[in-house]
Amino acid sequence: MSVKDRVIAIVAEQAVLEPSDVTMESTLEDLGIDSLGLVESIFAIEEEFDISIPFNANEPENSEFDISSVATIIAGIEKLVDSAAA
Amino acid sequence: MKRVVITGAGTINALGHNVPETFEAMREGHCGIGPLEMRDVERLAVQIGAQVSDFASDKIFNRQQLALYDRFTQFALIAAREALAQSGLEFSGALSAKSGVVLGNSGGGMQTLDENYRTVYEDGKNRVHPFVVPKLMNNAAASHISMEFNLKGPSFTVASACASSNHAMAQAFQMVRSGMAPVMITGGTESMLCFGGVKAWEGLRVMSKDACRPFSATRNGMVQGEGAGVFVFEEMDHAKARGADILAEVIGFAMTSDAADIVMPSRHGASRAIAGALEDAGVNRDEVGYINAHGTGTAANDKTECSAVADVFGPHADRLMMSSTKSMHGHLIGGTGAVELLACIMALRDGVVAPTIGYEEADPECALDVVPNEAREASIEVALSNAFAFGGLNAVLALRRI
Repeated sequence: MSVKDRVIAIVAEQAVLEPSDVTMESTLEDLGIDSLGLVESIFAIEEEFDISIPFNANEPENSEFDISSVATIIAGIEKLVDSAAA
Repeated sequence: MKRVVITGAGTINALGHNVPETFEAMREGHCGIGPLEMRDVERLAVQIGAQVSDFASDKIFNRQQLALYDRFTQFALIAAREALAQSGLEFSGALSAKSGVVLGNSGGGMQTLDENYRTVYEDGKNRVHPFVVPKLMNNAAASHISMEFNLKGPSFTVASACASSNHAMAQAFQMVRSGMAPVMITGGTESMLCFGGVKAWEGLRVMSKDACRPFSATRNGMVQGEGAGVFVFEEMDHAKARGADILAEVIGFAMTSDAADIVMPSRHGASRAIAGALEDAGVNRDEVGYINAHGTGTAANDKTECSAVADVFGPHADRLMMSSTKSMHGHLIGGTGAVELLACIMALRDGVVAPTIGYEEADPECALDVVPNEAREASIEVALSNAFAFGGLNAVLALRRI
């Protein structure tokens, strides 16, 4: 499974949706994921990829990790996975 | 001052998953103590406890709830659901705004602590689940009850070790009696039966390796239990106006501190709490027919408690009954007073006094009627529930039959 599919699977599980209901344009808010759901998703993604995501719930807009949509989340994770592998 | 009655009761403990099952087990003198089932149990010197068994939490709570509920919160919610269902109360408007939850608890989310300490210390991982803090905080159970039942008044958690539940219920009683709250949900919950929890208690060398035998000359220590008891304390006129079924009246309480020793109990501290509860309730000593003892089964507690009761009641001490139901459901630490209050309600309402089981041989230092081994029928007008905690913190409640 690609990074994209694995992230979508985690996000879908958190949102209690089918992966097919999660689009690249979806925001976490669209998917009904609240602040606790967000930190739980980040934890699950860190566990899945064995990476550390630089995210501070106090200032999400200033975090290096962009959570504004599923697409930006996936892009951020791909970068982290690549640099972990490098 | 308002009068305060109990209009709902709920529990889950080693004797049963609800109040009727627990009453039945207490009447029959069942023992909920058995071999502990937990990871690394073979590394424990004490391998018995009163665990809640046949507990399928995934049938009761959904996945998101389970991610947030430590076992002590799960127990509290199960007990609260039963108590609230019995009371028939629903909370909205002014009733919701003024009513709250005061729970007793000692250890907080010990299962969560234990699991996550393993993760970082034993497994060497550097990441834990984000809900560790909201799961393990001592007030989590009270908070989840407030959320599930829309209770927006005063809610908090009281920690005074083995007296936590009695202190919590005394606080709730005061709030309703003073007119501050029309209804308070109260009681206690504990889930300390995990490897670290039992290991810590082992260290004190006060645990029995075979059974809890309060007041018996052959007693050799306490046995830990787990579970919750939750009650609906309601202002009497409020309860009567809506035709509620009243289980008992709460008539008084007292709290004292030994101010002496961090673990050894004090006869004087205990007797002042018992006498204080009687005075607060305005009852004569000879009206008391039953005392649910603290009765831990340790050498020190049981003789101290018996001498305190003898001090307070004089000749009437030989006519009243005092049993320790810890012999059956174990010592629930911060939740124990709540489950033990059930024995008081059963005595007052059903006229059945729960026994002290495991009783083998009389101890001259515990020469009271401890209702050995078999429940007894009796007409009880007033019952007391004792709790004497480590740290010398004592709390005694007084209940009257309705």
